[in-house]
Amino acid sequence: MNGVTVSAKVNGDAVQYVCPADESLLDVLRNRLNLTGVKEGCGTGDCGACSITLDGRLVCACLVLGAEAEGREIGTVEGLSEGGQLHPLQEAFIEKAALQCGICTPGFLVAAKSLLERNPNPSEEEIRYALAGNLCRCTGYDKIVRAVQSAAKMMRRGKKSAR
Amino acid sequence: MPYETDFTNQGFTKVGTRVNRPDGVDKVTGRAKYGADANAAGQLVGRVLRSPHAHALITKIDTSKAEKLPGVKAVLTSKDFPDLTGGNRGLMDILENCMARGRALYDGHAVAAVAAIDADTADKALKLIKVTYKLLPHVTDVDEAMKPSAPIIHDWVRTAGVTPAPTAASNVAQRSEFGHGDVEAGFEQADVIIEKSFKTEQTHQGYIEPHACLATLGPDGSGELWVTTQGHFTFRNVCASLLGLDVAKLKVTSSEIGGGFGGKTHVWTEPVALQLSRKANRPVKLVMSRDEVFRATGPTSSTSVDVKIGAKRNGKITAATAELRYQSGAFPGMWAMFGAMTSFACYDLKNVKSVGFDVLVNRPKVAAYRAPSAPMAAFAVESVVDMLAAELGMDAVDFRIKNAAKKGTKASYGPVYGPIGIGPTLDAVKNHPHMKRKLGKNQGRGVACGFWFNFGGQTCTDLNIGVDGSVNLTVGTVDVGGSRASLALIAAEELGIDYDQVRVTIGDTNSLGHNDTTEGSRGTFSSGMATIFAARNAVEVLRQRAAATWDIPVEQVVWEAGEARAKGKQNNNLPPLSLKEIAAKSPRTGGPIAGHNEVVADGAGVSFASHMCDVEVDPETGATKILRYTVVQDAGKAIHPDYVEGQFQGGAVQGIGWALNEEYIYGDDGRLQNAGFLDYRIPVCSDLPFIDTQILEIPNPNHPYGVRGVGETSIVPPLAAIGNAVSNAVGVRMTHVPMSPPRILKAIEDGQA
Ligand code: FES
Ligand code: FES
Repeated sequence: MNGVTVSAKVNGDAVQYVCPADESLLDVLRNRLNLTGVKEGCGTGDCGACSITLDGRLVCACLVLGAEAEGREIGTVEGLSEGGQLHPLQEAFIEKAALQCGICTPGFLVAAKSLLERNPNPSEEEIRYALAGNLCRCTGYDKIVRAVQSAAKMMRRGKKSAR
Repeated sequence: MPYETDFTNQGFTKVGTRVNRPDGVDKVTGRAKYGADANAAGQLVGRVLRSPHAHALITKIDTSKAEKLPGVKAVLTSKDFPDLTGGNRGLMDILENCMARGRALYDGHAVAAVAAIDADTADKALKLIKVTYKLLPHVTDVDEAMKPSAPIIHDWVRTAGVTPAPTAASNVAQRSEFGHGDVEAGFEQADVIIEKSFKTEQTHQGYIEPHACLATLGPDGSGELWVTTQGHFTFRNVCASLLGLDVAKLKVTSSEIGGGFGGKTHVWTEPVALQLSRKANRPVKLVMSRDEVFRATGPTSSTSVDVKIGAKRNGKITAATAELRYQSGAFPGMWAMFGAMTSFACYDLKNVKSVGFDVLVNRPKVAAYRAPSAPMAAFAVESVVDMLAAELGMDAVDFRIKNAAKKGTKASYGPVYGPIGIGPTLDAVKNHPHMKRKLGKNQGRGVACGFWFNFGGQTCTDLNIGVDGSVNLTVGTVDVGGSRASLALIAAEELGIDYDQVRVTIGDTNSLGHNDTTEGSRGTFSSGMATIFAARNAVEVLRQRAAATWDIPVEQVVWEAGEARAKGKQNNNLPPLSLKEIAAKSPRTGGPIAGHNEVVADGAGVSFASHMCDVEVDPETGATKILRYTVVQDAGKAIHPDYVEGQFQGGAVQGIGWALNEEYIYGDDGRLQNAGFLDYRIPVCSDLPFIDTQILEIPNPNHPYGVRGVGETSIVPPLAAIGNAVSNAVGVRMTHVPMSPPRILKAIEDGQA
């Protein structure tokens, strides 16, 4: 194997891996770093199951090469909760029954977190457009949108009380 | 067998509450393990070579170069799958679908497979396999395939269900007929008759998780299979028969399942993965690409349907007929039969006849898709029902109410209904605020009804009580959408303990007796029933232990609110014993406390829904927007309302995708042109409004809690509801699904011409 050696950060921790130059970051995360919370639904950028953040920007891991992550910060679903504390989005997804099979959930959570960081008070329409790159075949999206609305509310309240 | 039930005024304390699901944390943190998430030491990567042709003789497969590639550990062709089916044609079809035997029958049909040390090597090996094809004429359209001039898919197929039995081969594998009365006489009495033909295109279940498995099979014939499946017991039986293994020596574990909707009820590559493993004597992981999922796994039928219904001026239907032509892909199916059975099930009809034709074409083998076959039949029937109502000058809902089936109606497919929900769902529609919303320009409203059977089937469940009083419930049905939460609620209800005290596990094939596949909306229905009986079994033991502790006859002990209570004045001095207390003493009172149940969960009953939908059609582009959508469905008893609503919403949205966008597009060369989520577009978040739901509870008398299956019926009405809404919006009857923008524009154009 003609490998590329890559140093990056995943969910805040430094990692190093060797991968072929043409291997996707999705395969690196799943097969080399054992982060199987990142899902593959298509491998072609059409389903959003592999959503991660790269230096804070939402991307499809299947459309990024492992080699491109050199020196960058990767965020996955595994990094969402801090310590024993679930992220408000995670809480809301459970609470609002926003998952059925759950295969799309990691992607939705990462995409929704990215949305709420940019826009803490999105309208229903803004949520629907922000999540339009994530496919869910089970829920009809109803409870997902409601969960994001509820998490956004929780987070806004949390910020206020922290102040 | 009817069960002794007393469902009326049943008081529930746990059932019906909206608790958090037990697998929630695993699923929001990424810890839950799906089909592709398991690995084994030394595992190889499996890959499948697929035919690029719709129909071709395979004259030669040369695998020598691939075998010599360093890192390749096994190469398979059909030669590696000897016929062990003992003349069972159904099994042979499965085997032939897993690996072509001398003839490729559709674009995507597997012709060879490899296992190699990594994906790269496996892909290279596939390219080194030389297959020589001799192209044969093909057919992909259902109506074309029925013509005498059509190329014959299987020369051994003779149309079943016709007398005298035909002697010539045909693409029509089966004719099925249902109904009663005299339809000719019925049409004679009609004042108005509407007759119309409809088409629906082929769609895919579209689960987001591709098929995936990890297979280990040793030379000793013992193996393990980790797989994303709706039925691990069925997978075990099928794989064992195809590969000549003892059922008991193949342990199949169902992973978390990333959606199935019927598409994961059948084996596709699992026997191939096991055989690769046996040949290489190493574990093999085989994960399908999305392209493979579309080209080679379970779509539903494309169809062509004629419906004729006649009614009196007073709105009473006098006769109804349907002819339904469903393609089943390259292997015989019984999909038109289901279409024929369900087509008129919503109505109380004196004279009715439906005839189904199952037709072979050069497309992938059709698999079940949520209430399989019912949506297409409903599209045709419910469209004609709307047209008839309009012709009679009647309100479409009133017309349906007038003709709705009820308790005592002889269903068009045979049985006589018990208490059913079609009437109540229609009444709910009539009174629903949705129906009073004002519509604007280019907007239309549609209503449609739907029916689906529920299936019960073989079920085996274990309930074990730990020494601390926590309860382990092991079931053999797969959790496709939150059933673990519902089953824990049921166990908690029966035992009178907290929901959190119950942990539900999906047992592998070696830890429980056979469980039928999780299909036919049976998961919560049948495992729920088995859970109730297993818990009642455990309660018997708990009562005995309490009686022994108190040294009184067991008849004096009752189980109430999670504790054993001694009845009778003489026992007044005995304080109740809680489940926890009895469990703590269990090592000294007779050992572990458990309850078991094996049952064929009969009496699953039937399920009805009525949907309302408002759309706006852009007359310039032909694009349709769903403005409002409401589902009303009878759940019998909603164990966990959140997940019942979730089933309603998910099914409705799959139906919306089918109605407006989704379709398999085949070129003249018989190749699938849109095998990916970019070109096969399923609904996304921004396409939709919130999906409103209303749960009705008309108890199923054959279930101790009145439960009906809820998973499937919600996909039945949408094609028709949207078809009626679009037709009302544009003023032209839509007869072809999906109603994509070009089709709508063309319909408007033709309507004006
Ligand atoms: S797997 Fe990356 S978008 Fe589907
Ligand atoms: S919950 Fe199954 S795909 Fe979204």
